Amino acid sequence: MRKGGLSLWVGGGLVALALAVAIFAPLIALTDPVMGANLMNAEIPPGLEFPFGTDAQGRDIYSRICYGARISLTVGIVSQILNSLIGVTLGLTAGYWGGLWDDLVSGLTNLMLAIPSLIFALAIMAILGPGLVSLLIALGLTSWSYSCRIARAQVLSLKSQGYIQAARILGYGDLRIMFTQVLPNILGPLIVIATLGMGGAILAEAALSFLGLGIRPPFPSWGSMLSEARDQINTAPWLSVFPGLAIFLTVLGLNLLGDGLRDILDPQSTTRRT
Amino acid sequence: MAESLLQLDDLAVHFKVGSTFAGGIHTLKAVDGVTIDVKPGECLGLVGESGCGKSTLALAIMGLIPPTRGHVALDGRDLSERERLETARTVQMVFQDPYASLNPRQTVRRTLADPLRIHGVTDKAEVEARVADMLARVGLRPEHADRYPHEFSGGQRQRIGIARALILKPKLVICDEPVSALDVSIRAQIINLLLELKDELGLAYIMISHDLGVVEHVSDRVAVMYLGRIVEQGGWQEIFEDPRHPYTRALIAAIPDPFQRAAVPARAKAKGEIASALAPPPGCHFHPRCPLKADICVSQDPPLEAIAAGHRAACHFRDRSG
Repeated sequence: MRKGGLSLWVGGGLVALALAVAIFAPLIALTDPVMGANLMNAEIPPGLEFPFGTDAQGRDIYSRICYGARISLTVGIVSQILNSLIGVTLGLTAGYWGGLWDDLVSGLTNLMLAIPSLIFALAIMAILGPGLVSLLIALGLTSWSYSCRIARAQVLSLKSQGYIQAARILGYGDLRIMFTQVLPNILGPLIVIATLGMGGAILAEAALSFLGLGIRPPFPSWGSMLSEARDQINTAPWLSVFPGLAIFLTVLGLNLLGDGLRDILDPQSTTRRT
Repeated sequence: MAESLLQLDDLAVHFKVGSTFAGGIHTLKAVDGVTIDVKPGECLGLVGESGCGKSTLALAIMGLIPPTRGHVALDGRDLSERERLETARTVQMVFQDPYASLNPRQTVRRTLADPLRIHGVTDKAEVEARVADMLARVGLRPEHADRYPHEFSGGQRQRIGIARALILKPKLVICDEPVSALDVSIRAQIINLLLELKDELGLAYIMISHDLGVVEHVSDRVAVMYLGRIVEQGGWQEIFEDPRHPYTRALIAAIPDPFQRAAVPARAKAKGEIASALAPPPGCHFHPRCPLKADICVSQDPPLEAIAAGHRAACHFRDRSG
């Protein structure tokens, strides 16, 4: 089997499935996730008419999971893009310039690592109030320390390479060296970290929504669906099983994809002919 | 006498090593008072063992390490007063390791074209023409331009490294051990390429090597370095036919000579290992290994003094011919 084969394909497949569900939600959903409430259909177990059952308001769980994928994936992707931008910019400049700036960034990174990011995100949410935008900001600002550390360490190991020195001698500016010489050579591990972080962000969204600080009802996110299902876990277990399964499969897929990417982006395997 | 292209005046680079707690801070004198000059079109060979400060000297000349003391002047003007880009168009460098000195994610074309664009050559046709011309000069085919470094052999990579150093048409190229990482069979090709380019383009070289055999082949003048200092410098003939410093004699004796053309006197060989630059021996740094060692060598540091015009050696017994 080729490097990274199985986990790359299974992970990629699960993530592609989640993305497809999110994109085509209006086409594959059976009813409207919010307006589809019908108290006549309340708490029907999974069956032919409602594949994943219905909740206390008679809304179709399957349709709500389809629409919930949009929010969960948006949170995962956007917050990780934010985290990567912040982390890579700080890590790259800290590693390259060193000195006081490096001390400052490293200190800040250690501080961020010391504070549990969920608690930090909770504090930001408490200030900004619930909602998708504040959720993206809260999760996008709180876990950049991993990509920052990785970027910094990679820059430090690359800095003494001949081609970086050659670029300086040829008159390249600092920013040009960072973005054309250093960044392309450290992208592999950073993509892996971002992919793994997406799973973490989806779980964090679920946790914040569960605590009532994420997506407001009646709009569905996987986390808020779990939160609402808490009271009926004995009488209607399907309310929590299916959103939980959706989170589990997506996070599993993202982690497998991250592992697979790590294997194929390993510098040792990039010597194939192009 | 022609104006100097490069003038080093009492150049020193010292590093602080260690920490206040673990054994105290020591000063490592990697380069300690080096005065040399290079004239246009000439090749200066710089030899010495590993760890004698050759590469640090190269980086200081390139302005990548600030000097602790002394000056580097290019074309008569101090490095610190010159524009960075202007310096880049005057002096360039060829690196030792052809595997680490090329960006693995850039095609050869980008490696060669980007510096031109940075230096204001924006006309596409001109950039293309200069890249193609440079590839031809270093003996690569035009279709090589769109390949990545991992598709080349070590010798070809070093050709790319040479092309990159020459693309801005510099006057001086510092070659830091340009062939020591290459297969023996490739070395002669690269050395000959460097010599051809020197004649075609009127380049001056500083050829840094631990191998006097390489330097013997290419240099007009030679400087011998030991523990951060120049111990002997002079023209090719003076160094190879009338070496005055025992260290120079030891290096010459170490050139492989399969046909035993010259008898090597046993006393020419240096004993032991190079001393640590952190704690150089008192007096003449070379005395613990020197076959001519006398009491004065331990107590007094010999100055670099002239024997003949342009030939200088730092040895108390410099007047004694080998």
